[in-house]
Amino acid sequence: MRYMMFMRVDPAVYDRDPASETEAYAAMGRYNEELTKAGILLALDGLQPPSEGERIEFGPGGATVVDGPFAEAKEVVGGYWIIDVKSHDEAVEWARRVPARDGEAIELRRVFEVADYDPAGLEAHGELSSQPSQQTAARDA
Amino acid sequence: MPHARDTAAAAGAIDAIWRIESPRLIAGLARVLRDVGAAEDAAQDALVRALETWPRDGVPDNPGAWLMTTARRIAFDRLRRARTFARKRDELEWLAASDAATRAAGDDGGGAVGGGGPDDDVLSLMFTCCHPVLSRAARTTLTLRLLGGLKTDEIARAFLTSEATVAQRVSRAKRTLAEADVGFAPPAVEDIPARLDAVLEVLYLVFNEGHTATSGDDWLRADLCFDALRLARTLAALAPHEPEVHGLVALMDFQASRLRARTAPDGTPILLMDQSRSRWDRTLITHGLAALRAAERCSKPGGPYVAQAAIAACHASAPTAAATDWIRIAALYETLLRLQPSPIVELNRAVAVSYAFGPAAALPLIDTLIATDLLSTSHLLPAVRADLLIRLDRPAEAHADLLHAATLTHNLRERDLLLARAAALGDGG
Repeated sequence: MRYMMFMRVDPAVYDRDPASETEAYAAMGRYNEELTKAGILLALDGLQPPSEGERIEFGPGGATVVDGPFAEAKEVVGGYWIIDVKSHDEAVEWARRVPARDGEAIELRRVFEVADYDPAGLEAHGELSSQPSQQTAARDA
Repeated sequence: MPHARDTAAAAGAIDAIWRIESPRLIAGLARVLRDVGAAEDAAQDALVRALETWPRDGVPDNPGAWLMTTARRIAFDRLRRARTFARKRDELEWLAASDAATRAAGDDGGGAVGGGGPDDDVLSLMFTCCHPVLSRAARTTLTLRLLGGLKTDEIARAFLTSEATVAQRVSRAKRTLAEADVGFAPPAVEDIPARLDAVLEVLYLVFNEGHTATSGDDWLRADLCFDALRLARTLAALAPHEPEVHGLVALMDFQASRLRARTAPDGTPILLMDQSRSRWDRTLITHGLAALRAAERCSKPGGPYVAQAAIAACHASAPTAAATDWIRIAALYETLLRLQPSPIVELNRAVAVSYAFGPAAALPLIDTLIATDLLSTSHLLPAVRADLLIRLDRPAEAHADLLHAATLTHNLRERDLLLARAAALGDGG
């Protein structure tokens, strides 16, 4: 069973001096190593700050591109993991173990797999994407 | 602060925690006790205590350390009651050694490879479970039980046998290890290649058990693929300088990526070249390609698993069947043949050659194989020969080969397919 974990953080995290973050990075590194050693890590990435990103908002006038940062956002996604586990309980347990700080949160969502899709819909989807997609790869241990 | 949950939820959580923590727990105890059987007993007893106390008191913040401390105490009490300690000094030495094990279990940093610590212990546990003194069935059962965290009934269902048989196999294996005084020391450096091969063989065996499980029928058996993959990835993390481990991970990733594409709704198997590639799992393919790169970066040369993975990677990377790089595949089969000479590999190479360079180039290779008489009872050889002859527009000869192939297969569906193809040629067309 595949799950995605989203790390929800205070956007101010991106403004912190990296030098003060060494312990936090080290703790996260150790956690990621645990995932790797458990054999369940499929993918992970950190995301760059929202100030360097955009929102594409859709409305009757079409798509509008809005530059970050987004003042109303109290939390932003800092990164994600995709893990492959045997049970929902296992996913929850791994999510509990993320070395997150007070106020941060992990959102845990189950990933749809090929078996979950209707075969006809999948075929239609497949015709349009016969090229291997750009998927992020798990970092080498 | 411990987090309290109601009993039902706690049971599921404890199950998950067990699956995560048990390999390190058993491995750490085995190093201290120098006895895998006693280690598992102590670990299981600790689990029983956990099931009694955690639903009531909440799951501890560091469940792994709690389990280790508890198991250690249980083991120590048992040893003391059995008067195993000749002197007080032995008792203190034992306590010191198991103290270190408990600290290591509670330390999220893990141990450096070679420097001792939970990683080395788990690696030693893998080697011990696949020890040469054990039968292959015993190795497989013990690995799934102690490293895979599978329960007896799960292993029984996975291998289509009874719980009693599995339980017997486990206790006999533990007895064999104890009687042969295997202990728990890691293998000598010169023995590592052979011992590693034994572990890889067990993992691939488990994977293939899951892989051959008829899809849709029994997902518990198909789950074996996941179990094998997870253990292989763990091994890759613990032994990163071993290319064959990465090779096996890659090979399993690629084969697992096709699990949902390989049978039609009615259960008919679909050959790789005919599969709908939109049903191939891209995440696993990406993961497999990364594992293959890791194998190629190792300073040690790769072996048969790496070569097989490289071949599978060619298929996985081709966006359509027509885009397959057969020339590269044919060359890789040559490499594989050098590493693992076998008539089946040569047969596969001939097929690749036929697609890379045309059926005329492949026919002599098939005829040479037939002359060796090594595959005389396999239907594959005449079936492939027939295929080449059809492509060379020699239907009469193909017809004879198809009939011959049909007599050699025990699989009714396979036989019907071969006879149908022969009949389609029968009118001299």
